[in-house]
Amino acid sequence: MTVHNLYIFDRNGTCLHYSEWNRKKQAGISKEEEYKLMYGMLFSIRSFVSKMSPLDMKDGFLAFQTSRYKLHYYETPTGVKIVMNTDLGVPNCRDVLHQIYSTLYVEYIVKNPLCPLGETLQSELFSSRLESFIRALPFFSARAG
Amino acid sequence: MAIFSVYVVNKAGGLIYQYDNYVPRAEAEKTFSFPLDLVLKIHDEKAVVSFGQRDGIRVGHAVLSINGVDVNGKHTADGKEIIEYLKDSTNYPVSIRFGRARLSSNEKLMLASMFHSLFAIGSQLSPEVGSSGIEMLETDTFKLHCFQTLTGIKFIVMADPRQAGIDALLRKIYEIYSDFALKNPFYSLEMPIRCELFDQNLKSSLEIAEKAGTFGPGS
Repeated sequence: MTVHNLYIFDRNGTCLHYSEWNRKKQAGISKEEEYKLMYGMLFSIRSFVSKMSPLDMKDGFLAFQTSRYKLHYYETPTGVKIVMNTDLGVPNCRDVLHQIYSTLYVEYIVKNPLCPLGETLQSELFSSRLESFIRALPFFSARAG
Repeated sequence: MAIFSVYVVNKAGGLIYQYDNYVPRAEAEKTFSFPLDLVLKIHDEKAVVSFGQRDGIRVGHAVLSINGVDVNGKHTADGKEIIEYLKDSTNYPVSIRFGRARLSSNEKLMLASMFHSLFAIGSQLSPEVGSSGIEMLETDTFKLHCFQTLTGIKFIVMADPRQAGIDALLRKIYEIYSDFALKNPFYSLEMPIRCELFDQNLKSSLEIAEKAGTFGPGS
């Protein structure tokens, strides 16, 4: 089991943070393009899911999986979106993503007056805390290679 | 009952078959006196609640019928605009039924091709080599399972998140498609499936799959 990468978007689609751990394949486009494609996909999935749902939704879209990876999604009421790609063995990650938001993003970004909201995050403290948080996850184990 | 619907999408992203197996009812009917204490607005050619959620009427619900007569999009059965009709105090008291709007066939076509593109983007953004597109999409109200054949046809089943055995069902639907659509001499490839035997067999295997994937009583 492993974590491949993590994206944080704000409500306008700006990629606030990106980090990767065990990523085997790049999308073949520039990072900026990739963020836009990812945000666009999530935006469409959200609208797709809300139209397709047979009942009223509370949390909405949670995750999708392909044959090789699983994408976990968490959105706050303010529109901050946290996306984590893991391998298929990882169970529901909603709590983990919520924790990233409440114990890292809120604590080190929202409460930091020097971090402007709505721009790429420059905070080293946040990056290093996030890094150690992800590495400490029970399903994070770096595979050889 | 926990399999909601089945979609078949051809390799170009066109919807060639759709069947609603079970549509849960989430509707609320209430009698209102003038003035109406809900704010309605027109969204996607429907009169939708935009403010004033209460008594099981939720924001996003559409007007389904007025005084027991079904409405037609944003118009009442006799052709008046719903919003204008509800502004007129002489029409009160009025009984309105609200609920989630049913998808029109045009919307189903659009959503099917939308999924076709999402499927492709899902594989492009993969962090691992050799990934397929979206095979399972999970939300809190349903799970969407997709099986793409080697020839590019997608079979999509929407089911309750707790329903088991959908992978086997998808392969069974492929088998039914091969047996009763492809082998039908009157069926032309990539075109909408209108085969009686396909319908019958699909319905019976949906029933079997619902019964086999048991998840305890009461659900």
